[in-house]
Formats: sequence, C-alpha cells, structure tokens
Amino acid sequence: MEFFLISMLNSLSYGLLLFMLSSGLTIIFSMMGVLNFAHASFYMIGAYFAYQISGWLGFWPALAVAPLLVGAFGMVVERYGLRTVHKFGHVAELLFTFGLAYLIEEAVHLIWGRSSVPYGVPPSLDGAAFTLFSTDYPIYRVFMMAVSVSMLIGIYLTLTRSRIGLVIQAALTHPQTVETLGHNVPRVFMLVFGGGSALAGLAGVIGGNAFITEPGMAAAVGPIVFVVVVVGGMGSLAGAFLASLLIGVLQTFSVALDYSVVDLFAKLGIAIGPDAPFAALWSLTISQTAPVLPYLLMVLMLIFRPKGIMGTREG
Amino acid sequence: MATLKYRPLNLGRWIVWSSTALVMIVLPLIFTEGFTLTLMSQIGVGIIFALSYNMLLGQGGMLSFGHAVYSGLGAYFTVHAINLITKGSFYFPVTLTPLIGGLAGAFFGVIFGYVTTKKSGTTFAMISLGIGEMVFACSLMFAGFFGGEAGISTNRVIGNPFLGISYGPAIQVYYLIVGWALVCMVAMFAWTQTPLGRMANAVRDNPERAEFVGYDTHMVRFLTLVLSGFFAGIAGGLSCINYEIVTAENVGALRSAGVLIATFIGGAGFFFGPVIGSIVFFTMVTAVGGVTQAWAFYLGLLFLLIVLYAPGGFASLIVMHVPVIKARLMRRLWRPYAAALATGLVLLAGLVSMVEITYHYSLEAGTNPAMKLFGFAFNVTDAEPWAVATVLLVGGFIISRFAWNAVGRAWSDILHVLQKQSA
Repeated sequence: MEFFLISMLNSLSYGLLLFMLSSGLTIIFSMMGVLNFAHASFYMIGAYFAYQISGWLGFWPALAVAPLLVGAFGMVVERYGLRTVHKFGHVAELLFTFGLAYLIEEAVHLIWGRSSVPYGVPPSLDGAAFTLFSTDYPIYRVFMMAVSVSMLIGIYLTLTRSRIGLVIQAALTHPQTVETLGHNVPRVFMLVFGGGSALAGLAGVIGGNAFITEPGMAAAVGPIVFVVVVVGGMGSLAGAFLASLLIGVLQTFSVALDYSVVDLFAKLGIAIGPDAPFAALWSLTISQTAPVLPYLLMVLMLIFRPKGIMGTREG
Repeated sequence: MATLKYRPLNLGRWIVWSSTALVMIVLPLIFTEGFTLTLMSQIGVGIIFALSYNMLLGQGGMLSFGHAVYSGLGAYFTVHAINLITKGSFYFPVTLTPLIGGLAGAFFGVIFGYVTTKKSGTTFAMISLGIGEMVFACSLMFAGFFGGEAGISTNRVIGNPFLGISYGPAIQVYYLIVGWALVCMVAMFAWTQTPLGRMANAVRDNPERAEFVGYDTHMVRFLTLVLSGFFAGIAGGLSCINYEIVTAENVGALRSAGVLIATFIGGAGFFFGPVIGSIVFFTMVTAVGGVTQAWAFYLGLLFLLIVLYAPGGFASLIVMHVPVIKARLMRRLWRPYAAALATGLVLLAGLVSMVEITYHYSLEAGTNPAMKLFGFAFNVTDAEPWAVATVLLVGGFIISRFAWNAVGRAWSDILHVLQKQSA
C-alpha cells in the first residue's frame, strides 16, 4: 500500500511534468502542423538557464525569468527559422526543428560542458512535506505538482476566457477566416510557439533540479513526449493530459516491479528453465523492460488506434 | 511535355559511373596514409547507407528517424555469422557476409515496415523514431545477442588466405568495401528505373493520384522500405567487417541522425546527392573532428543552413549551374562568387574563433587559459580575443550580406537571360 501510494504520487508529479511539455507540443502541432522536434531542447535550455540564473539571482527569479527567456528564444526561432522553411512543407519544418535540436545540444556542450551541472533544489524547498506510513515525501515534488496544476489552469483560462485564446482557438480550425477578420495570424503563431516554448522552459526549470541537468536530458525526454502526443491523439490537449498521466504511471511503476514471465509460470506451478526457447525473453523482469514500454505502447497504439486516445484525425 | 526518346547510349552516364569507379579504385594508390584509408572506407560504407536511406527520403518521400535499426541489426547478424563461421558451425566466404546483414535488414524491414509504412509524412517519421528507440532499448535488455555495453567483437581473418586475400590489411577491406559499394550503387540506381522505383516517386509526389491509378500506396512504401533495409543491412555488415566490433550505438538514434544529415546535406532530390553527402559528412566527422571538438556544432550549423537556404543540398547547388554553363554565362557569376567567398571567409573566421574560444573557455579557463588559433597565441581570459572574434563575426555578417545580395542580383539577371533564350 505504501509503495503504491508513493509511486502513484511520483507518477502524478512526473506525468504532470510530461503534460507541461506535451501541452505546448500539442498546441503548436494542432495550430501550425509542425511537429517540433526541438521541443525537448527548449526543456533542456530552460533547465540550463535556470541553473545559470539561480547562480546569479537565486531560484525564485530564475523560475520567472528562465521561461520568459526560453519563450523569447522560441519566438525568434519561429520568426526567423520556421517561417522561412514553411514554404517547403511540413517535412522541411520537421527537418529544421531536428537540426535545431542537434545544434542546441551541441551549443549546450559548448557552453556548459559535457557532464551534468550541479543545479539543485533550493534550500527553502528541501525537506519533507509529509510522512506517508514510513516514507518522507519531499516538498519539492509537491511544489512541482502545484506549479504544473496552476499552469494547467492558466492555459485553460487563457484558451477559453481571454480574447487571444479565442483567436487561437479560431485559428486552429479556420486560419484564413481569422486572417480575413483582421487578426495577424502569423503573429499569433509566433506567440503560440513562444508560449509553448516557455512552457517547456518552465518544465525544465522545475524538472532540471528534480531529475538531472545534463546535455543528454533533451534526447532522453524528447521521444517520450512524442509518445505522449501520439498516444493521446495528435492535437488533442485532453488526450495529451491522459496520456501524460498514463505514461507517468507506466514508467514509474514498471521500474519498480521485478516480476518476469518465469515468475508468473512458477506461481502456476510450471517451471521454465534456462534451456527453454527464448529463455532470455521469458526471464526478463518488468523493470528491465521499462525503457521499452512507452515505445511499445506507441507502436501498438499506431497499429490498433492510429488517432490516439482522444484524437479526432489520423496522422 | 516529356516525350519518349530513343537513346542508343547515354554517354554522360557511362562517363560518370566509370570515373566514379576509377576514382574509388585509384585513390588509395595516391593517398597511402592509414588515416585517409580509414576515412575512405568509412565514406564507402556511408555511401551505401546514405543511398539506402535516400530510397526512403528522396525516392519514397518517407522521412525516417530510425534507419540505423536496419543497418545496426544487419551488422549484428553479420558479426554473429562471422563468429559462427570462425567456430566452424557453417562455411561461408567472408567476402559475402554483408549479404547476411542485408538479408537481416530486409527481414526486419518486413517486420517493422508493414506497420510503419501505412502512412507517410509526420506519422511515419514519429513511428520510425519510436521503433528506433524501441530497438535501442531492447539492445540493452538482451545482452546475449547485443553484447550489452561492450558490444560484440569478432575477427574478420578466418581460415586460409584465398588468392592472397585474408582481409587482414586495411587496404583489402577497403577494396571489399569499394566492390560492394559499386555493386550496391548500380543496383540502387537500377532500382530507381524500375516500375517500383517509378511508383515510389509517384507515391511520394501524389499518393491520392497513385491510388486512383490503382496502386496500393502502402504496398509501394512497404516494398521500398524492405529494399532500403536490405541495402542498409549490407552497409551494416560492411561496417562490422571494417571495425570488427558492433555495439549498441550501431542501432542508436545518433547513427540514424547521422545518415539523415549526410543524405540531406548531399541532396535528397538527386541520386548522387547522398554520395556527395557521405563524403562531406565523414570528412567533417573525421578531419574536422580530429582538429576540434566542436565538429558536431559545425555539422549541425551546416545542416540548418542547408535546410533553410538550399533544401536541395549540395547536389542542387551543382545542378543549378549546369544550364548557366551551357549558356556560357558563368563569367557573370565569378565576381559576385569571389566576393561572397571572401566575405564568407571573414564570417567563418569570426564564427570559428567565437566557437573555439567559447569552448576553450568553458572547458579549461581555470586550468589552462592559453590557446592557439589560426597561428595566434592568446589567453581566453583576456578581453582582446573575444573582441576580435566579435568584430570578425559581426563585420563578416554585415559585409557578406552585401556580397550575397550581389550574388542574388547576378542570378536573377541570369535567370532573365535564360528565360529569354528559351522563349
């Protein structure tokens, strides 16, 4: 029970962090049709900016400034990069963001070195929030959840209650009509791209010190965020939310379970020896398969339900 | 309108192919150092790999982020085959073992391809990425087959030398690679001329129309992917013979990214584009990588510039000059090109110094601030090198803008003249 509750809380905080990343990616995708390969790179530079700024000013200013910087960088990327390749089609845009992700990783190597940087949890958030059975639950995890949930409510209110949110919603489905009504749709695109990047940057600020800030963090999270977007359904925010939590649960629980098919059959009274065909496969424990599960889920999803959990369109 | 023409002999094509073969055969006789031989072997394998990738990207319109899966699994099957031959489990000439890799690549193409090729475009790109990550994660799970962190090593010298060929010396391996590269290049070029190759182009350009004509676009993509996996597997098998070790990074995302970058830099729209791309890519990796640790940064920058300003790659830059040369108008371009080159060199010098100084500063500012660049010795903790680099970078950017505008004007003049001539 204790294991279950703690793991559930951990998967919730991880899932919410994934949603901060996937929400930006989903909004950008549904609006511009661009699958932003560099989205996880914005997450990474968010963490690195926060590390640098918290060294100068402290954690709290970094929490506000770093996402804004990342957002500004995202807008520059959209204005001077994506808009240039837009005329060559979606594959060119995908290639551009792919090249950008590659370049950002190298730039991080260049500036901050190849090993991880000591970006830690601030002292004011260090410690236990509450004790569940015998496990101390860290305050920082609670803080992460609070930030994610308030961002979630923020996005929801912006999209549904504000004027710019209505324009964004309209531009999602009818960009030409919105343009005819006198709104500057390219600028809306730029703002949305910047906003999505800023969200990713914020996720980096709070995720970088919870996990680890290193040049490989974008490559580690990027494919998972893609999995979330595909499983949830391309362009569906609600789907991305469900899929984020699902992947969070899947990844958190699977690393902790040491059961294999051999164990299962042993429970049923059938012994599978090391000489059985595909013995290596049967003796794999769930925790060993943990890195594969998200991708397996994605491939199965694409085979059996290509539009994802909540998706409305295919591919 | 295209008209059907009867051509008795395509002389240009024969000249290009035989001179390619000749260059590949003669080069190691001119450059005899071990370094260039290693580089040329890499390029040879890279050409097969990049051409097989271009069957997907260029001919089939499928952007794959996981092509290393096929070459990597091909390499693993080859390494196991060679180890089994060494043990005496079965007899097979080492020369032909890349074929085993190729068959393995095609086999996994059949398995993964059927699912992944249902859609092209963004969906295909994402699934290929997912499959790539999945296979890479599996490679760490099944240590028996993939060899875990250490990989699987082998010894390519098996049995008695046949006609003096033992594949011990690197030069023999180079000629093995050249032989396979030429065969594969011809085969892949021939494939583009087959009905399937033509249909792959049609499916790339307009899948809806291709379906109306009565072709199953899924099937065309699937067959293309299987064939592409076959050639990728051959490349994997050759790299296994070349290095005598196969590690998990052979199926990794970085390898997939590399082949995408090489192909695109060379030019996905032309058959010979990936050949140029492999040469540029491996020269940058090996030659520039030998000089500076920031090679990957320069490579990424080159890739981005190509995506932004020359999406047809180097091949398109070459091809676009052919009509100009035919119309004898190149003399109008020399001067703007020389200006662009000179100003571009200033910009490049600024960029390189900025990157190198930053790199040195972030790595060892505290321990060893002295560095040498372009023959100048200085301390990275001083302000002067930063100032000089900034001036070069900003000044170079401004003057090269002027030079590029001049190039643009010269080109629009030339296009005008060419249009008048054809009218």
